[in-house]
Amino acid sequence: MRDIATAPVISAQNLNLTFQTGDGPVHALKDVNLDIAKGEFVSFIGPSGCGKTTFLRVIADLEQPTSGTISVNGLSSEAARKARAYGYVFQAAGLYPWRTIAGNIKLPLEIMGYSRADQDSRVKKVLELVELSGFARKFPWQLSGGMQQRASIARALAFDADILLMDEPFGALDEIVRDRLNEQLLELWARTEKTIAFVTHSIPEAVYLSTKIVVMSPRPGRISDVIDSPLPRERPLDIRDTPEFIEIAHRVREGLRAGHLDD
Amino acid sequence: MTSQLSSLQKYPGGGEGGRAPQTPAMLMRNVIPVLTVTAALVALWYAAVIPMNAQWAQDQARRAGVELTLPTLVADTMSQQRPRLPAPHQVATELWNSTVVEEMTGRRGFMNTGSLSNRSLIYHGWVTLSATLLGFAIGSALGIALAVGIVHNRAMDVSVMPWAIASQTIPILAIAPMIIVVLNAVGITGLVPKAIISTYLSFFPVVVGMVKGLRAPDQMQLDLMKTYSATGGQVFAKLRWPSAMPYLFASLKVAIAAALVGAIVAELPTGAVAGLGARLLSGSYYGQTVQIWSALFAAAILAASMVALIGVVQRATLKRMGMAA
Repeated sequence: MRDIATAPVISAQNLNLTFQTGDGPVHALKDVNLDIAKGEFVSFIGPSGCGKTTFLRVIADLEQPTSGTISVNGLSSEAARKARAYGYVFQAAGLYPWRTIAGNIKLPLEIMGYSRADQDSRVKKVLELVELSGFARKFPWQLSGGMQQRASIARALAFDADILLMDEPFGALDEIVRDRLNEQLLELWARTEKTIAFVTHSIPEAVYLSTKIVVMSPRPGRISDVIDSPLPRERPLDIRDTPEFIEIAHRVREGLRAGHLDD
Repeated sequence: MTSQLSSLQKYPGGGEGGRAPQTPAMLMRNVIPVLTVTAALVALWYAAVIPMNAQWAQDQARRAGVELTLPTLVADTMSQQRPRLPAPHQVATELWNSTVVEEMTGRRGFMNTGSLSNRSLIYHGWVTLSATLLGFAIGSALGIALAVGIVHNRAMDVSVMPWAIASQTIPILAIAPMIIVVLNAVGITGLVPKAIISTYLSFFPVVVGMVKGLRAPDQMQLDLMKTYSATGGQVFAKLRWPSAMPYLFASLKVAIAAALVGAIVAELPTGAVAGLGARLLSGSYYGQTVQIWSALFAAAILAASMVALIGVVQRATLKRMGMAA
């Protein structure tokens, strides 16, 4: 047993995952080794089919690895899921159309058996966190796409999970909304001190958000580079014009290109 | 940040936009096409009445040794006692007489005796309706129960559906007499056998609709539930059941119409003395075409009202769920 304070929150060792398909086996993940420490913001970036979403789903116990081990909070991924260790934000907001915004955020709280009073106070708190106070009683169709995605983040924050897994949460949004949400996400991360694993297609997004960038490449899906970002935790949007930022972005791009040259 | 928020607040377009109540002008726009089609159908019906009944009118005239002019021929085809095809106004008059007039002024009517007259379509309609509603209630419950089983149990998934489909390929006219006779033999008579045949017809659309509805949630929504480690019961109550609501109402509408057909068909083989089916049967024994047609229309009106009633419940429910249809 390692010391709790320094032990990684998420740890993958020699992780392999092979899907059996009609066209033969697909190596979604090959020999993945990665440790994520508490309070880190880790981005997974790579082209389609590099296994970044699959890896996130393995952490969440939504996929089972073929071999290797994954531990979350020192538990197996299944035990961690049952202990409600993480909140998961999907690519689409996936709000229930028959529930109001407040009702949607209450969904996990109802399932996990929080008291009625606790539910209400938590809804209020997370709606403030994602700047949606005043929309509690609106239905999802009354909100824009960006607002819906913020509501779905609020839903993942409502219960006491200190890990947030985000699968391309802003992929379907336009650049301007995405910038704004990235800024808000960083604020939120600073305030809540959660550990965040974030899957993205966008190099600027990955560099802007992360303390650690994991570059992945396809066929078989594997990690080709891990970059520890030297950028400070406090990041205004215009940090993206600094030489440090551009240098990291360049390294990520090189990593992605190298992964493709292997084909 | 606050300015950002206020600009976002304008986004939803005032919230209720696009769901305004119907204005009188919109209502007219909906009513006019309906009236036009109805008028065209009535006109077509009248046009058909003349050739259908002309033979009999001319035979009568020949026997009486009179020559029929075209206007008298047309008038005659529309006022026969037992026409091959009764005219719309004859059916309407019969409907009116056998409901309102019979109950208000008839010797055995409601006004004179305090109970419904056995000559009135209200009485016969009620007899059929009670069997229909009982059968519909059992059929819907059975349909929902089977759908829940099919969605949650793999053995039921592969085994129940083929039987449900097979059950619907048997003509109801063939199986109804057998059910009635068997139940009679064990001492069950009256409402229940008819309700069972209604059930037989009405459970099927509910099974099909609800299986589809309970499977409506996509993989992502199911995954989300899994990340909360929700129990099967919670997934059902909070995700599958609400997702199935639009499907439920659509299938209930089909089911209630089928239940009515079942109840009417169930009244035919036993020579039942009461019910819309009994009216159809006695009408055909005695060549009372006007009576048959008015019973048919009574059944149609009954079915339409029940479907409309479900529509009202549907709109209210879906509106409450924020999914105004």
